[in-house]
Amino acid sequence: MKRLFVLLFSFLTLTAFAEAASEDGKFEPGAMITHHIADDYTWHFADGVVAYLPVILVDNGEFQVFSSSNFYNEAHELVPYNGYALDHGHIVKVDASGEPLADQAGLYDFSITKNVASLFVSVALMLVIFFVIAGRYKNNAKTAPRGIQSFFEPIIIFIRDEIAKANIGPKYERYMPYLLTVFFFIWFNNLLGLMPGGANLTGNIAVTLVLAGITLLITLFSGNKNYWKHIVATPGVPTWLAPIMIPVELIGILTKPFSLMVRLFANITAGHIIILSLFSLIFIFESISVAPLSVAFSIFMMFLELFVALLQAYIFTLLSAMYFGGAVEEHDHADEHH
Amino acid sequence: MELVTPGIGLIFWQTVVFLLVLFLLGKFAWKPIMNALQERESSIENALSAAEKAKLEMQALKADNEKLLAEARLERDKILKEATDAANSIVETAKQKANEEGARMIEQARESIENEKRAAITEVKNMAASLSLEIAEQILRKELSDKNAQQALAQEYIREVTLN
Repeated sequence: MKRLFVLLFSFLTLTAFAEAASEDGKFEPGAMITHHIADDYTWHFADGVVAYLPVILVDNGEFQVFSSSNFYNEAHELVPYNGYALDHGHIVKVDASGEPLADQAGLYDFSITKNVASLFVSVALMLVIFFVIAGRYKNNAKTAPRGIQSFFEPIIIFIRDEIAKANIGPKYERYMPYLLTVFFFIWFNNLLGLMPGGANLTGNIAVTLVLAGITLLITLFSGNKNYWKHIVATPGVPTWLAPIMIPVELIGILTKPFSLMVRLFANITAGHIIILSLFSLIFIFESISVAPLSVAFSIFMMFLELFVALLQAYIFTLLSAMYFGGAVEEHDHADEHH
Repeated sequence: MELVTPGIGLIFWQTVVFLLVLFLLGKFAWKPIMNALQERESSIENALSAAEKAKLEMQALKADNEKLLAEARLERDKILKEATDAANSIVETAKQKANEEGARMIEQARESIENEKRAAITEVKNMAASLSLEIAEQILRKELSDKNAQQALAQEYIREVTLN
């Protein structure tokens, strides 16, 4: 198993470096790293093992669906296809000669990219695992948990007791589905992102934007009288300060999910960048003697990343629960918690 | 800048897929799991409280038993005491009766002995009297065969009478 991983890893890095070389054959670590943490229209599992993912475009209301393999010729060089071409990792409209058009309006890209494919894989995994567990609970509700159920049960109970109950209070139950889903979604995808060939899904700002946005919407929709009163007329603040306080509070509503979005994105992306940089050292110094040090540091970082994967999932869930708790708080001294 | 520019495609897919997963897991996984956990917790809680109740009941029962035992012990002591008292009194009465009987019998014996003794003494007296008379008669007969002796005797009697 370990050997398999090492093998996979070496394949993976080789693939990366093969692509990251510039025209004159010089290694460009920045390009390699950017390529690795960014989205892609193909999925490289290892050198030579490439999945060409479907491209879905909406061009002025018209659907265009074709395989991304059309953008590559036999020599794996980029070629235009059907008036579209890949330009710096994005699909653009091109003219007959293959030059990007000045007018790109009306083109929307809904392709099943590497990240979207990885998203499908991860949610399929989640659905399978948790349906299996749910089946166990349905069939033997009162027996002791066993197998995979006994691994996840303490985590579920921890989220319920330490995150939801502790921060939301008596109304915690209706937030449980979201908190559990978001926790396991982030955790699973963080771990899948660490796998060789895995996509950097939770390190993509679009994903964290959506998650933070859902947290924001749930917070706003569950905000009670106290919550809104606290925003439009903060208790204990003179009325003449309202023109300052209200904008500040409104910005405060947005900074909370914004911090959620950036924290998850930055933590996961930074972890990937560090590991990739450590490997790049070998190629920057063009010496195999750097490899032991690089590998040792990478292994250390990998363990740290395993911890960060869990930690970030926990923090996102915990902060979401705290925001929900602030929105549904009942007592009058709402400012105690700020 | 590339990194921090969210792509519309991924936003769309992430929103759709995440909401779908949220719905599916919420309905088919989290709900049964949370319910089962709640159910198990409450059943454990019930079992624990039932055990606690049983323990308390046991304690009450034990206390009751002890009370009953103490009562029984007291009763037993009382009965024993009464029995001992009764036995003692019976023995006492019997002793007394025996003593009385003994005393009575001794008294009777003494009385009859006294009677016998008296009868015996009377008989001896009577015998002695008749013997004395016989001896006196014999002596007198022998004495009074002589005239002088008769005289002397008569005189002595007279003297005695005078003196009286």
